[in-house]
Amino acid sequence: MAVIRDMIPPCELFQPASIGDALNLLDQYGEDSWVLAGGLDSFDWFKDRIKRPEAIVDLGGIEELKGIQADGDGLVIGPMTSLTEVTTHPDVVGRFGLLAQAAALVATPQIRNQGTIGGNLSQDTRCWYYRGGWPCYRAGGNICYASAPKAMNAEHCVFGASRCVAVNPSDTAPAMIALDAQMVVTNSSGETVYDAEDFFIGPGIDIERMTVMEPGDLLTSIRIPGTWAGADFYFEKIRDRQSWDFSLVTVASAIRTSGGTIQDARISVNGVAPYPMRLDGAERAVIGQAPSDDTGIGAGDIAIRRAQPLRHNAYKLPLMKNLVRRAVRAEV
Amino acid sequence: MAERAIGRDIAPPDLRAKITGRARYAEDFRAEGMLFAKLLLSPMPHCRVRRIDVSAALAMEGVVDILTADDPMMPEINGVAAEAALTNEPLYEGEPVLAVAAVDETTAADAIEAIRVDFEPLPFVVDPLDSLRPGGPNARTDGNIQWREGQTREIREFKWTDADFDAAGPDRLPMGEPQDEWNIGDVEDGFADADLVLEETLLHQSLSHHPMEPRSCMAYWQNGKLYLHSSTQSTARTHAALANRLGMDQADIVLVTEFCGGGFGSKISGAPITDVPAVLSRKTGRPVMLRVTRYEENYIGRARPGFQALAKMGFRNDGRVTAIDLFIVQDAGSYGSSGDFRTAGTVASLSYQPENMRFRAVSVYTNTPPRSAQRAPGGAQIVAMLEPIMDKAARELGIDRLDIRRVNAPGHDGWAGANQGSLSSCFAREALDIGAEVFGWEERSRLSATRRGTKSIGVGIGVSPFVGGSRGMDGLLVIRPDGKLYIHQGIGNLGTHSIADTGRAAADVLGMDWNDCEIVWGDTSRNLPWSSSQSGSQTTHAHTRANHAAGLDAKAKLQEIAAGALGGSPDAYDCADGRVFQSSNPGRGMSFADAARRAIDMGGRYSGHELPEDLNAMTVRSATNLAGEGLIGVARDNYGGEGGVWSWVMGFAQVEVDVETGQVDLTEYTGVTDCGTVLHPRSLGAQIHGGAVQGFGQARSQKWVFDPQWGVALAKRFYTARPPGILDVPLEMKWAAVDLPDPQTPVGAKGIGEPPVGAGAAAVASAVADALGGQCLCRTPLTTDVVIAALTGTEQPYRPLETHV
Repeated sequence: MAVIRDMIPPCELFQPASIGDALNLLDQYGEDSWVLAGGLDSFDWFKDRIKRPEAIVDLGGIEELKGIQADGDGLVIGPMTSLTEVTTHPDVVGRFGLLAQAAALVATPQIRNQGTIGGNLSQDTRCWYYRGGWPCYRAGGNICYASAPKAMNAEHCVFGASRCVAVNPSDTAPAMIALDAQMVVTNSSGETVYDAEDFFIGPGIDIERMTVMEPGDLLTSIRIPGTWAGADFYFEKIRDRQSWDFSLVTVASAIRTSGGTIQDARISVNGVAPYPMRLDGAERAVIGQAPSDDTGIGAGDIAIRRAQPLRHNAYKLPLMKNLVRRAVRAEV
Repeated sequence: MAERAIGRDIAPPDLRAKITGRARYAEDFRAEGMLFAKLLLSPMPHCRVRRIDVSAALAMEGVVDILTADDPMMPEINGVAAEAALTNEPLYEGEPVLAVAAVDETTAADAIEAIRVDFEPLPFVVDPLDSLRPGGPNARTDGNIQWREGQTREIREFKWTDADFDAAGPDRLPMGEPQDEWNIGDVEDGFADADLVLEETLLHQSLSHHPMEPRSCMAYWQNGKLYLHSSTQSTARTHAALANRLGMDQADIVLVTEFCGGGFGSKISGAPITDVPAVLSRKTGRPVMLRVTRYEENYIGRARPGFQALAKMGFRNDGRVTAIDLFIVQDAGSYGSSGDFRTAGTVASLSYQPENMRFRAVSVYTNTPPRSAQRAPGGAQIVAMLEPIMDKAARELGIDRLDIRRVNAPGHDGWAGANQGSLSSCFAREALDIGAEVFGWEERSRLSATRRGTKSIGVGIGVSPFVGGSRGMDGLLVIRPDGKLYIHQGIGNLGTHSIADTGRAAADVLGMDWNDCEIVWGDTSRNLPWSSSQSGSQTTHAHTRANHAAGLDAKAKLQEIAAGALGGSPDAYDCADGRVFQSSNPGRGMSFADAARRAIDMGGRYSGHELPEDLNAMTVRSATNLAGEGLIGVARDNYGGEGGVWSWVMGFAQVEVDVETGQVDLTEYTGVTDCGTVLHPRSLGAQIHGGAVQGFGQARSQKWVFDPQWGVALAKRFYTARPPGILDVPLEMKWAAVDLPDPQTPVGAKGIGEPPVGAGAAAVASAVADALGGQCLCRTPLTTDVVIAALTGTEQPYRPLETHV
């Protein structure tokens, strides 16, 4: 069978108006269903005819999945809230500016208008072998083309490889980890709440998925606790061009300082592993220290310990180290 | 008297249509009963079709026909099998093998999936150096280079020896026997005379063109004539190329191509894929539309050839270049005969006027997509590669980086290339001086490698000449009884406004108000003259000349008609504001409308019934069709002229490089041109800036990545190829022009489409090296990985000669 790209094949499209209806559809079609949020990730797959679900369940008509509400001193964000709304909502901007910054660096204004926060968190990896339809481990095959001796892997991982060396491409995921957010996953049997750092999984757990969500699951809510509201935030995304580009390495941090000493810290990076990484070693190293360049350098050194670069991506180590350093030290 | 049109900002006639979306591009057309075609692309870099089973596809409802390479297509050019629209031996992954026509696109796509093709894999190569190794694979079954001798060409196998590779070691360019070589003086003497000799191994990536509009096309046949809607840079040349490809008479083809959504050299005279709807439509008897997708465009849409090169340059203490020894290994891709490497040698000689020069090169086929001209082919690569070396020399010699360019830049007595050909004019030093002033070089160069927080500032200059003209084309005008001047343009509307701007030469010769001029273009049934191709930045020069010549022809006829009717000698008459009148008594004259009616009555040469003998056949056909409709002004450009026509852009850039992250922020850019007389200031500024933006992508972000083990493309999506976006461009960019006429052409104007690219690329590459404290990375693109590795002393992600990364 010959291959053709850039042409979406016909399929069933469902547009439920409630979470309950959506879950019924997902149960009915099981593995043959596909959850569609903003479509920025999905349509690439459909156009290339690589993922061919029988039934697409479009969440765009489910009002209860949209919007941002205060919840005590925290926030509850509906996963179908657009990235643009996340970047501009006064509660996000005012108290959880880290997330607003992260969302603002996604792709382009048009994509942020259409793309959703839930979709951005749940998106698939951008490994160009996998996205090109190569029959790799992640696609159900038995080889990783990106770690072959001559493979082109400048954009792949330096941590967490397990047969697959792809990276998580989400800009907002490390911000969620730094903010200690929780993901509410619902299926027909009920609700499960995951800490953000547990929501994202590596290939060692399941090589075909980026998150804990399995067929039949829906991300129904994102909870951001008040713990880190108004903390010192740092977000930086390094990329080859300043719009419509996935990150090479991204850092997100939330730090509380008092009396010239770091009291508490959460630091996360993305673009270096198949999942966004929380850097607990670096966090421990900076607590009780001054937010100085030296502290930052120390934290950066700890962060890149045990990294295992591939043939073309050793540059990610100094880059990641410097980003952690910048996240820790106060403004230069 | 009407204000001169040349030198003013006048909105082009297609502006409203483009802004409002009324402009119709090839894929916007529909015809009754129209079928849609879809392509089956090769999955392998080199293979042979053993067997195709289309039975399941043909059995599908709505599938009408299938076209394969066994259907008659393009023959050969100069003895070498030319690239056909479809093939049974694909030479690159993504090469079209067959096309399905169906009632809609979904059906056609489903039919493609139902086809079984049995491909026999063949040896392939993606790195030219691998192909040059003894026993290395050839991209084609018959060899790996195209050998030229006079007009004949043949594919040959060309290999270097193990000793050639061993002598170089792993990271210096091996230099075996060249395919091309020329010498001026003796480079060894030049190096002996030098106070400083620098040698660098250099790498330049290949780059896809990525025009906004892919090469979609629609065709139908009526009464034995082919009607074709396509996207092309050059109307007349595409019309001729189509006739040649399809073995038809030009008169039997109507080509409609009013708008072109960008070509950048990839659509100079159409595209092979155009044959698919043309032939499918003839076969099925129904109109056929082929909408080329972005994915397909990535493969069939052409690319700039990459270079692996070595440059050795000698300098005297004052910065004067005593010798250039340049060796280029060009990646020729899978088809064609890209002359980039030759132009690169010529441009290097022109920019620096070396006292001695040796040029050696070999152009090697690889199993990667076909190469073609891309905006300043060869020029943009070589200036981006050599300008940072000029900086390094200036730094080591302790002289200013502007001065080293001034010392070497040619004047009017300069020369270019192997034959040391003369120049029609050259205001390179003037452009450098204006650029230094507008950019503020003296102050900004003091910022070199200074720090602002974690950011290191760098400034750079890019000297970029490129071909700017040609001679001998035809102009065709009609003054109709409505009193208006109709300027017929066989040139294409590739987005530069030249369809209107070159017509200004005719309007000004006749003293015509521009509001009374109509541009006729974009449809060969509207009677267009033979024209230059819209390539090599020829158009402004070639067609201001042709329209000037046609304008003078019309003026002479007006003068004769007026003198015949009103007495006196024709010389005593002049033209302005739509009238021809006695210079000494302007009240005595007649309107152009009257003169046009008289021309029709008089017939002969006045009405186009008799034509000059030196016109191209296409112009003759068009003028003959127009005969009797008004006063015809028609002429070939016989002005002649001495020397090669070259235009220049001097780029000046300032960047901030974050030393902790490798992020490059381009903060300032100024481009200053010598392109002779300025025709249209606003449009000129758009060319200088737009071309520079393309150069920024070349220098900084734009990728072309292949997996060397499998020979297939990886950065094949728009977002992975990373052409620059608007946030990669400075908020404000400046431009200026020397605006002195080229004395060898009547209007004084030279072309400008191409030199801005190299200026932007070279200025940025130099500025980044400057911010890094003078560290020349000697490669493009300078992506974050390369820059951060250099800044932190980490191992570079790629070896110096590692290509397609």
